[in-house]
Amino acid sequence: MTDLTTKVLTGDPHAIARLITHVENQDPQAITAMKTLYPHTGRAHVVGVTGVMGSGKSSLLYELAQSYRKLGKKIGIIAIDPTSPFSGGALLGDRIRMTELSTDPGVFIRSMGTRGALGGLTNAVYDVVDILDAAGMDLIIIETVGVGQDEVEIVKVADTTIVVTVPGLGDAVQTIKAGLMEIADIFVVNKADRPGIEQTIAELQSLVDLDGDRDWKTPIVPTSAKEHKGIDSLIDNIKQHTTFIHQTHLYEDRRRIRYEAELFELIRKRVISYVLDDEKLKNQVETCLQKICGREQDPYTAADEILNALLK
Amino acid sequence: MTDPDHLHHPPHAKPKDKRHQTLSNIDIKAVYTPADLTDTKDRTNTPGHYPFLRGIHADMYRSRLWTMRQFAGFGSAEETNQRYKYLLGHGETGLSVAFDYPTLYGYDTDHPLARGEFGKCGVAISSLQDMEILFRDIPVGDITTSMTINGPAAIIWAMYIANAENQHIPNDQIGGTIQNDILKEYIAQKSYIFPPEPSMRLIVDTFEYGFKQIPKWNTISISGYHIREAGSTAVQELAFTLADGLEYVKAAVQRGLAIDDFAPRLSFFFNAHNDFFEEIAKYRAARRIWATELKKLGAKNPRSQWLRFHTQTAGCTLTAQQPEINITRVTLQALAAVLGGAQSLHTNSMDEALALPSEKAVKIALRTQQIIAEESGVTNTADPLGGSYYVEWLTDTMEDQTYKYFDRIDQLGGVIPAIEKGFFQREIAEAAYHYQKDIDDQRRSIVGVNKYTSQEPPNIPLLKMDEKGEERQIKRLKKLRNTRDHTKVDTTLRKLRIAAEGTENLMPYLLACVHAYATLGETCQVLRDVFGEYREPAIY
Amino acid sequence: MTKKIRVLIAKPGLDGHDRGAKVVARALRDAGMEVIYTGLHQTADQIIASAIQEDVDVIGLSLLSGAHMTLFLDVAKLMNTNDLTDVLLIGGGIIPQEDVPALKKAGIDEIFGPGTPVDDIVTYIKKNVKR
Repeated sequence: MTDLTTKVLTGDPHAIARLITHVENQDPQAITAMKTLYPHTGRAHVVGVTGVMGSGKSSLLYELAQSYRKLGKKIGIIAIDPTSPFSGGALLGDRIRMTELSTDPGVFIRSMGTRGALGGLTNAVYDVVDILDAAGMDLIIIETVGVGQDEVEIVKVADTTIVVTVPGLGDAVQTIKAGLMEIADIFVVNKADRPGIEQTIAELQSLVDLDGDRDWKTPIVPTSAKEHKGIDSLIDNIKQHTTFIHQTHLYEDRRRIRYEAELFELIRKRVISYVLDDEKLKNQVETCLQKICGREQDPYTAADEILNALLK
Repeated sequence: MTDPDHLHHPPHAKPKDKRHQTLSNIDIKAVYTPADLTDTKDRTNTPGHYPFLRGIHADMYRSRLWTMRQFAGFGSAEETNQRYKYLLGHGETGLSVAFDYPTLYGYDTDHPLARGEFGKCGVAISSLQDMEILFRDIPVGDITTSMTINGPAAIIWAMYIANAENQHIPNDQIGGTIQNDILKEYIAQKSYIFPPEPSMRLIVDTFEYGFKQIPKWNTISISGYHIREAGSTAVQELAFTLADGLEYVKAAVQRGLAIDDFAPRLSFFFNAHNDFFEEIAKYRAARRIWATELKKLGAKNPRSQWLRFHTQTAGCTLTAQQPEINITRVTLQALAAVLGGAQSLHTNSMDEALALPSEKAVKIALRTQQIIAEESGVTNTADPLGGSYYVEWLTDTMEDQTYKYFDRIDQLGGVIPAIEKGFFQREIAEAAYHYQKDIDDQRRSIVGVNKYTSQEPPNIPLLKMDEKGEERQIKRLKKLRNTRDHTKVDTTLRKLRIAAEGTENLMPYLLACVHAYATLGETCQVLRDVFGEYREPAIY
Repeated sequence: MTKKIRVLIAKPGLDGHDRGAKVVARALRDAGMEVIYTGLHQTADQIIASAIQEDVDVIGLSLLSGAHMTLFLDVAKLMNTNDLTDVLLIGGGIIPQEDVPALKKAGIDEIFGPGTPVDDIVTYIKKNVKR
């Protein structure tokens, strides 16, 4: 594992990929590696991209990555798709839109399944961000599952959160309901060549104006991945936001929120794993579940019972 | 350490028994009676009369058989020319050209992406010179040629026309078809090059040029064959093909073309798959729906309302195991096509799942058509199954389900928005997946594959291709590039670029390029530069 | 420990027939694997780069255009020079039986021809994954 971490620090794609696999599979040795890498993190800027399905996120990312490459930046892309709750498998299809970038040594793309996590991310995402950071990426882009409503988790891991929509979906109002309004640092209206663009921008603008309190005025950036338009403006806005959060102390505040979320997540998982790995406790869980299904016990009482047994 | 986020819960639901369903999952009753037929459908009993349910001609095959047109092509133009002569010698009545992958994508044989692909699934045509060799000693003024080409269809058509011109055959004497159906490429066959908008522009250019200059040419073959091969049901094949067709009509009308000017030269291409009666019902429903819709759109000329179609028996149903029994499958499928009133037919060879057709296999496939034509007696009357309670009921049912699909497509904003949203691709992928599951779970039987299997390996002669073909072709291309008039090539390509950036009809410019022996790749690159390239969404 | 089998399904060359690749991808997903589908028109370089970054256990190539003797061998060769010898390499499509020995000699672990039940592929992968 020491060999692996050394190689990760030099940016070796084999090593990066292998270590990501280890953390995803929760190999105990990976924990040592992550401890070693941690001091080397904190340099990369993390951009989260979320938005409705059909908003052309992947194509937009492709254009964005290409433009950043022209500026000489090293890019890591984490593309997340849902894991099937029935089979545990996943179809990871975001790479399709970006295959030309595969052979660019300055780009590293990893497709990941949510593996049961809610909120459009995967539990390993924090570690994967750290690995790519330590490997020398300037920018890490996380593309989340295109579900829309659940995706407020992204704000815990991203420094800049971009919410993508398209004209004509009538979604501007939906966005506010979903809470995406609050987490958006930048709104992108992709497929801006489509009819309805002015109206969508106007709707979003009025939503932004309503939220007059904030120091950061959420910009609305029209883009057309197809026509390669608006990408430079988007990069500019990302740069401006980056400067903003470093100048105010939002950067540190958000990072703290992220590490807090990460810490709690680690604790949560370890507690449940501990329960499931202990024969007695596992049996107790099974008994409780049967009682809950038969309405002989409620989940709260069951949880109390199991936690008490655990803490004994 | 157990991952709490990783506990699986497999579903319990069991799928339905498939034995008494068509391949579109339509439930079939044990018997059909007059009570199953509603009175609301137009069952006009005369073939040759609107809405042409029973056939577009009054006497169908009594006066003229369908064209026996075997899709063929492999290696270089010389080899394919030989195969055409072989087929013509054995009685086929129309030609059909299969191109290799580089040609389908508008690349010359020596393009880096063409590596290893030369001639493998069709003939390589990189320039007018190859086209000349392909049709050497073949009377193109007397026989019709169908060319399965889509992305670069306009360019390949230009080569065909230029070859005929060089032989002094008048434009109004050459007949044939170019497939030229880009919408189904996005949906199923995937040999697209440019995005939808410029592709549609090119297609309407061909409609316009064909109507004015090449009157006997079918400038499009609106296809369901590939949609079906990609895994769709029969109803989806019917609905998506006709939806595409109506989209082309819309595009042409938007350009300002009069519907009765171009509609008579629209043709169709359907699959002939396994469910015998469903296929026949499909063709009948297709005719009735098309006539109805075209009449609604203002077509007055009966020829505009005709749905003329070519069929190919379903390649995807043929097996690598016990390949000889594919002959039986093809026979039934071909019979369905004939009983369904096809104007043109290709029968697959038994080695379909193994290689390109050997001479022996393709001869048997051709003879299959000839036996149906000469010995079975089914050609003596039009629409022999008309009036069958089951077939009429199934025709009506498929028509109803097609209109439901039309509604859904409308709700999505039309064909092109639906393509961009991945609607068709998703429907097809779902159907393909469930079909495979049905087979793997033994709900559907495939003889030789999951029932009545045998361990003996296939023992039939397979086509061997000339290994030296690619090298020969590359040398020929090099020589061509060195010996042609460079100035002419540059000028014609430059003029093409300017025209492509504007709105003029591109056919005259493409003709000028091919006459100057600009290669397919060079000509296509100009269009790639101006129009861009299409990238598909990820749909499973 | 939640080790998942990760599979790259790739369409090398110009072949556009993706029905089989998609059905297999979905079936592998239903069998609990994480499947990365590359889409059409992949070069060997792109396939290898993707395989490295995704740290896959299996590369599955689908080809129906007849160009397998060139394109499959390209991938096999690059796997050797890129330290991917512990990755399973399998293929499917229209591949004549007589070409299979040469393909296996060049490093393709197994070929699944037309008519193969998808479960056979699932079983093979689960049994033969090298890591």
